[in-house]
Amino acid sequence: MAIQDTPRVADIGNLAAGATAKPTAKPVRRLPVQKDWPAWAIVATQAGVLVAIIAFWEFAATTGLISAFFWSQPSAIYRTLIIFITEGNAWTDIGFTFRSTIFGFALGTTIGSLFGLSFWWSRNYAAIVQPYIICFESIPKLALAPLIILVFGLGLSSKVAIAFALTFVISTLTTFAGVKALDPDGEKLFYSLGASRWQVFRKLVVPFCLPWIISVLRVNIGLALTGAIVGEFIASQHGLGRQILYAGQTYDIALVWVAVLVLSTLAVIMYATVSWLEGVLRKGTRQ
Amino acid sequence: MPVKVHLDQVGMAFTTPGGTFRAVAPMSLSIESGRFVSLVGPSGCGKSTLFNVIAGLLQPTEGRVLIDGEDATGTIGRVGYMLQKDLLLPWRTVLDNAILGMEIQGKPLKEARERALPLLHKYGLAGFEYLYPNSLSGGMRQRAALLRTLLFDTDVILLDEPFGALDAQTKLQMQEWLMQLWGDFKKTVVFVTHDVEEAIYLSDEIHVMGTRPGRILETIPVTIARPRVRTSSLTPEFIAIKERCLNLLTTPAIEEAA
Repeated sequence: MAIQDTPRVADIGNLAAGATAKPTAKPVRRLPVQKDWPAWAIVATQAGVLVAIIAFWEFAATTGLISAFFWSQPSAIYRTLIIFITEGNAWTDIGFTFRSTIFGFALGTTIGSLFGLSFWWSRNYAAIVQPYIICFESIPKLALAPLIILVFGLGLSSKVAIAFALTFVISTLTTFAGVKALDPDGEKLFYSLGASRWQVFRKLVVPFCLPWIISVLRVNIGLALTGAIVGEFIASQHGLGRQILYAGQTYDIALVWVAVLVLSTLAVIMYATVSWLEGVLRKGTRQ
Repeated sequence: MPVKVHLDQVGMAFTTPGGTFRAVAPMSLSIESGRFVSLVGPSGCGKSTLFNVIAGLLQPTEGRVLIDGEDATGTIGRVGYMLQKDLLLPWRTVLDNAILGMEIQGKPLKEARERALPLLHKYGLAGFEYLYPNSLSGGMRQRAALLRTLLFDTDVILLDEPFGALDAQTKLQMQEWLMQLWGDFKKTVVFVTHDVEEAIYLSDEIHVMGTRPGRILETIPVTIARPRVRTSSLTPEFIAIKERCLNLLTTPAIEEAA
């Protein structure tokens, strides 16, 4: 207590002294202003940071600061990249991973959204099915991956199935949230105009839920890619995931980095495409 | 005038864990063709229940709804119904919102739009046809919603407090606008409002309702000559009707308190 008291007493002393010196000692405070940098400065700094990281990595690996065996180094990665693209079967692997991701994404999102929308048709049906969905959501789907590989085999279909399992539930639940958010008065308006169930579904429920359906696209493309890669890790003859696993097991660290780099590029391209698609669709919904 | 809508001993009761709750006592009500009829009452007097019953959205526990002498209990699409909220679909333009009723009835879109456009122009939505509802003011949204109801082409339209959420100035404008529409379209209008003056200014007949259970306390004819002007509200006739309505609306509360 004594330790705490001492500065407090001192503070009171200071305050009293200040008050007698300046009667209007109310602190003047201004709104903190943050000045925005021009866009080129931001981009230049970003590029600078990247270059600095790569340069440090190369330097550290060359001088033995970090182990070049475990971490590899940018120059080696670059050489491997050229070989990978020009001589190896890079395009087969990229195509394989790309196809599993896109099929899994498309199937999972479409079927999941339709399944979510279907809950609008019957409250009883929704109440019966809901616990199963939530249960399935809580299972770590990747834990099922070995089983899926056994059932669907080593080829493309097992990777698509894993990507599907990851994306399907998210789409279902999000779309169902949209269905639940539907204003009952909106339905009332449609029925007062003599609409059929099908008309209400097509002209009200689907367009109303579209923003919810769209909002999961970006999440799902990432999940689909994860599903495809994990499938390739477990058992596959092609794909970037298999390349990463193979390179790691043979201590070809440069090749691991190359595969990761290519994979990231693929992910960025798909992500950007889906973001663009999202923008286009959102414009149509006006919400 | 022939009777357009007839409620024949329509009542509504809900079963609750605590017993039966009577929302609307069996009541009969006749609305003549082409009339403007208002229902005025405190909240909980069953106005909205009655509207839902007339629109076929709610099955009454007893009684029948007759439209043009035909049993229309529980059938939808017979009357135009405008709910309190405008419920314009945000993903449709004003024009496409206005034709919703015709579209649902299966009219080709092109034809429906051709029919709606001149009306949107005539009734104050010129220049707004291809805008989306989120860029419209409250008054404009109500106009669009009301035109949607009118374009549904039913003889009867139910308006549930359409101007309840508007500011006083806009509300007056909208009342004039509604009178113009009513004069042009010759529809039978049933209008729900909390605002006694609004009811008197617009209606041919006012049904004052009471609560517990919901029932009609008294029917007051409004015989003030049309077209009415704003200063009509200063005439002794108007004031007498207003006084009668206000007395009816406040009396039950006093009885309960005593």
